[in-house]
Amino acid sequence: MEKLTVDHLLGIEDLSSEDIQLIFKTADNFKEVINRPIKKVPSLRDVTIVNLFFENSTRTRISFELAEKRLSADVVNFSASGSSVSKGETLIDTVNNILSMKVDMVVMRHPSPGAHQFLSKHIDATIINAGDGTHEHPTQALLDTFSMRDKVGELKGKKVVIVGDIMHSRVALSNIHALKKLGAEVMLCGPTTLMPKHIESLGVVIEHDIKKALKWCDIANILRIQLERQETKYFPTLREYSNMYGVTTELLEEIGRDDIIIMHPGPINRGIEISSEVADSKNAIILDQVENGVAIRMAILYLLAGKRG
Amino acid sequence: MNEKPRLLIDKERLDLIINRLCCQLIECHSDLKNTAILGIQPRGSYFSDRIVKRLKEMDPNLDLNYGKIDPTFYRDDFRTKDEPIIPSSTEFDFEIDNKHLILIDDVFYTGRTVRSALDAIHDFGRPSKVNLLVLINRRFSKELPIQPDYVGERVDSIASEKVIVEWTETHGEDKVLLYRENI
Repeated sequence: MEKLTVDHLLGIEDLSSEDIQLIFKTADNFKEVINRPIKKVPSLRDVTIVNLFFENSTRTRISFELAEKRLSADVVNFSASGSSVSKGETLIDTVNNILSMKVDMVVMRHPSPGAHQFLSKHIDATIINAGDGTHEHPTQALLDTFSMRDKVGELKGKKVVIVGDIMHSRVALSNIHALKKLGAEVMLCGPTTLMPKHIESLGVVIEHDIKKALKWCDIANILRIQLERQETKYFPTLREYSNMYGVTTELLEEIGRDDIIIMHPGPINRGIEISSEVADSKNAIILDQVENGVAIRMAILYLLAGKRG
Repeated sequence: MNEKPRLLIDKERLDLIINRLCCQLIECHSDLKNTAILGIQPRGSYFSDRIVKRLKEMDPNLDLNYGKIDPTFYRDDFRTKDEPIIPSSTEFDFEIDNKHLILIDDVFYTGRTVRSALDAIHDFGRPSKVNLLVLINRRFSKELPIQPDYVGERVDSIASEKVIVEWTETHGEDKVLLYRENI
């Protein structure tokens, strides 16, 4: 019988390609469920899940909450602002206090890379990473690759370019791992200052010219410029970034590639990394990504809860 | 050591059983107009495929509502198994409301799969009536007040025995086997 090789979802790095395929296969079934008139199944009726968000989030938190509720789990939400964290409580103390109230699974977003790894060694609950600093965001990468697969079929040999702020992006790192495990070719494109050192060691190609990158690819995943992480100036002005790396209809027409599939993990800075026209075009699957996010998260929760026994 | 399994039903006998069940269905439902057939995924749908194929051979003009329902997400043993149960797809494209449903499964054992399938159906609408058709009825092992209406063959077996239906699609040949010990 098939099952995941991991007990927690800490990052894509720990998953095998079979794990990813199993999650996709299960998500296919949940996608059918969320398109039914009654979108709810009783699978996790006896499971309590806490959503611990130490960083802001709209999409991911709502998506997880919907996934949990559609599996009939009991859900508790927690956000760091307005909690005892601001009184100086440690992470383990916070989590252990919550777990004393008999919680089975923890979905956590935390600003420190590796916070989930650390926690998984100290507590008994199943942990799902909803983003840890600039490290990984595994569910986003799974829903991205699932959406790509929906659109173009198996990803083996497909060419994907990830554009933008690679250095600060957990979405980029998780996507690279997932795409490589599924056999896709990956190119990174962005200014030198936003490209982490030694990233080539993951088996990706680096290109600083957006035109060359877009000419090469089948799919472009355009990342958000993280304005909140730009205290140090990585590029002179937003206008310059937009001129150099913004994906616009004119640019796509100029290189003769208006067939590229356009993705964006959201939230979009319209007119900066992507123009409104491109974001709303028929080749953009940005809203499909959001829909698939719920199915992917249901699949992960279902498969991990099943392993708890 | 496992004993060699005993052959309960071979292909010829299975053919006869399918014939008889189809005749029974036609006898009770006449033109099958307001009837819909749902195979329980994954194993029951191999059997329902054969029933539907035979019904269509008997009446080539038959316009039948046929689909498959996956009860995995409604099972009550999800957390008690060692491993997660991997779901199959639910496929049907008709309204269930006020239809006379015939649920089809291969082996009726505890009744728990049928219970979960009934819950799954409930999420899609309110059928006017639901009947259960099974290939094998293991009479003495049921754990819920559910029983089949149409039965291919009764098998009286004890809990340590297993009845396995093998299909051409999965095992290369259609037959029903009884294993003496746990396999």
